[in-house]
Amino acid sequence: MLILMIVFTFYPLINAFVISFYKDYLPLANDGAGSITGYTFANYSVILKNQLFWQSLKNTFVLALVSVPVSILISLFISVALKSIPKLKGFFQTVFFLPYVTNGIAVGMAFAVMFHRDYGLFNLILGWFNISPIDWIGGTASWWAQMGALMIFTIWESLAFKILVFTSGLQNIDKQYYDAAKIDHATKWTIFKRITVPLLSPLILYISITSMIGALKAYNSVIGLFGEKLGGQPYSMITIVAFVYKYRSDFSFQGFYSYAASAAIILFFITLIFSLIQTTVSKKRIHY
Amino acid sequence: MEIKMLDLTKIFISKDKREVHAVDHVDLTIPSGKLIGLLGPSGCGKSTTLYLIAGLLRQNVGQIYFGEDEVSDMPPEKRGIGLVFQNYALYPHMTVRENILFPLENLKVDKVEAKERTIEMANLVGLGEMLDRKPKELSGGQQQRVAIARALVKKPRVLLLDEPLSNLDARLRLQTREEIKRIQRETGITTVFVTHDQEEAMSISDEIVVMKDGVIQQMGEPQHVYDHPQNLFVAQFLGTPQINVFNGVIKNKKIFVNDMLISKTDLPDQPVKIGVRPEGFIVDLEKKSDFKFEIDLVETIGRDTTLIIEVPGNEGGLLDKITFKAIVDASLKIKAGDWVHFNVKPEKMHLFDLEGKLLK
Repeated sequence: MLILMIVFTFYPLINAFVISFYKDYLPLANDGAGSITGYTFANYSVILKNQLFWQSLKNTFVLALVSVPVSILISLFISVALKSIPKLKGFFQTVFFLPYVTNGIAVGMAFAVMFHRDYGLFNLILGWFNISPIDWIGGTASWWAQMGALMIFTIWESLAFKILVFTSGLQNIDKQYYDAAKIDHATKWTIFKRITVPLLSPLILYISITSMIGALKAYNSVIGLFGEKLGGQPYSMITIVAFVYKYRSDFSFQGFYSYAASAAIILFFITLIFSLIQTTVSKKRIHY
Repeated sequence: MEIKMLDLTKIFISKDKREVHAVDHVDLTIPSGKLIGLLGPSGCGKSTTLYLIAGLLRQNVGQIYFGEDEVSDMPPEKRGIGLVFQNYALYPHMTVRENILFPLENLKVDKVEAKERTIEMANLVGLGEMLDRKPKELSGGQQQRVAIARALVKKPRVLLLDEPLSNLDARLRLQTREEIKRIQRETGITTVFVTHDQEEAMSISDEIVVMKDGVIQQMGEPQHVYDHPQNLFVAQFLGTPQINVFNGVIKNKKIFVNDMLISKTDLPDQPVKIGVRPEGFIVDLEKKSDFKFEIDLVETIGRDTTLIIEVPGNEGGLLDKITFKAIVDASLKIKAGDWVHFNVKPEKMHLFDLEGKLLK
């Protein structure tokens, strides 16, 4: 296990770190041994000046900071609601879990159809309320519309696992707390706020950290929804990981590999910082 | 507040689809301001009865009244009850103060008043110093008292306790049961508690209710029920060591066990079960009594000596092999292997028919 971890996790991580400091790295030169002309911080300064990198940061942050809390709230409500319909629970659990076992890109394509300007389900429903069709993901789509579509898709896709975790977490809460709260005249909302959420808080922290990491690594959803153009207009929905991929496979100039590595390292530190903030902030609010 | 139950019945459907009458046509009146122990072996329906009073379970048949007020179809929060759960169900993420305050917040009691009542309640249960601790920082007995404070702070009409002492160790149990008695007396609230421990029920209850298979066997003051059991079950359930039961016969107004004459009676001839409390034996030093046994084992603890006697089974008399215990004065210096003649105190002997009904 440790050897596998070293080969597939630690070595690539350290190597990416090293590569991000290579100057003029040509990985395929010298029969695959690669060639460099020295070490430099320039890779970082180059991507920090890159407009596209800032675009990817903005997209990723907006996506992560909105989709994670919203999806946690929705999945909490759904889990609690499922608890109150024990007979249909199994059925709905399966329904809600289906997205988890379905390929993200395939689902993304299905969503792309639903977001279609002329034939899509979303505009059809909006039409019932006399709202004129919105171009969600096409060439004329605004950044907001695209982000909205991506957000809806991301939240929907991430609900499955959260609901699974929360429903099993709810099962572990002693029923007597609810009986006690009921006798103590607590309303349903009070019970949710004062009993359920605090008692689930360790799970909520776990879910918020893992899904924050997942959201910061968003890529599949963008490809699935917008295709390789990464947006209605090329690159308008680019994320950090998509940025890494773009440069990793861009052979048009020297050092592309190191740019990708630098962006990946920046993402690594962003993720680290986010996780640290979450653990610190939540320390006072988590009840084990 | 007097609690009255009329024809109360609760039916559960078991796994193999059979109906189980957990509470079976119970008529019971619990007098106001008293501490009542609901007592019985596990599965006798005592906890179900408590939960029916609380409203956490709904009866299939019957009515429940609190005083003049019918509460049969009210949800638990409307009934004005305080319930202490077996494992206390204290909210683990809240401090003692928050736990006690919680019902008052939900009832939207004025903040200043709520604060005062919380402190008053914490003082009543002796936890005034511990208000800012979390439940897991308290001992079992202290948690128990927080649960009682939380149940009482909203001034309920009735206090219900589910196996209040079963999660405590022996020493705390003694302490806590005194504490419960004191709190009940100070507040004067009608209190019902459930227990399977007869000693616990007998020691603090004003009255006990003995249940079996969903049916009330007997209700009354603990000592009265102990001295006058209405059937064999009640006689056997109350008292440690258990009452000794002999198979015997009544012939010509004389009671025999194994052809040994024990006592006299006015009852007609019939086979009987004879219950004799361990403390109901008197050693006949003149050895005139017909009722004699060889002693197998002697246990002396403090001022009492327990004689343990194994009677081998034989046909005709004592049908089953039985072991019986007699508690006698330690000063008699009886040793294992001695033959001892007994007389039986009439008030400690109860005669039952073969179904276990008391013969009068």
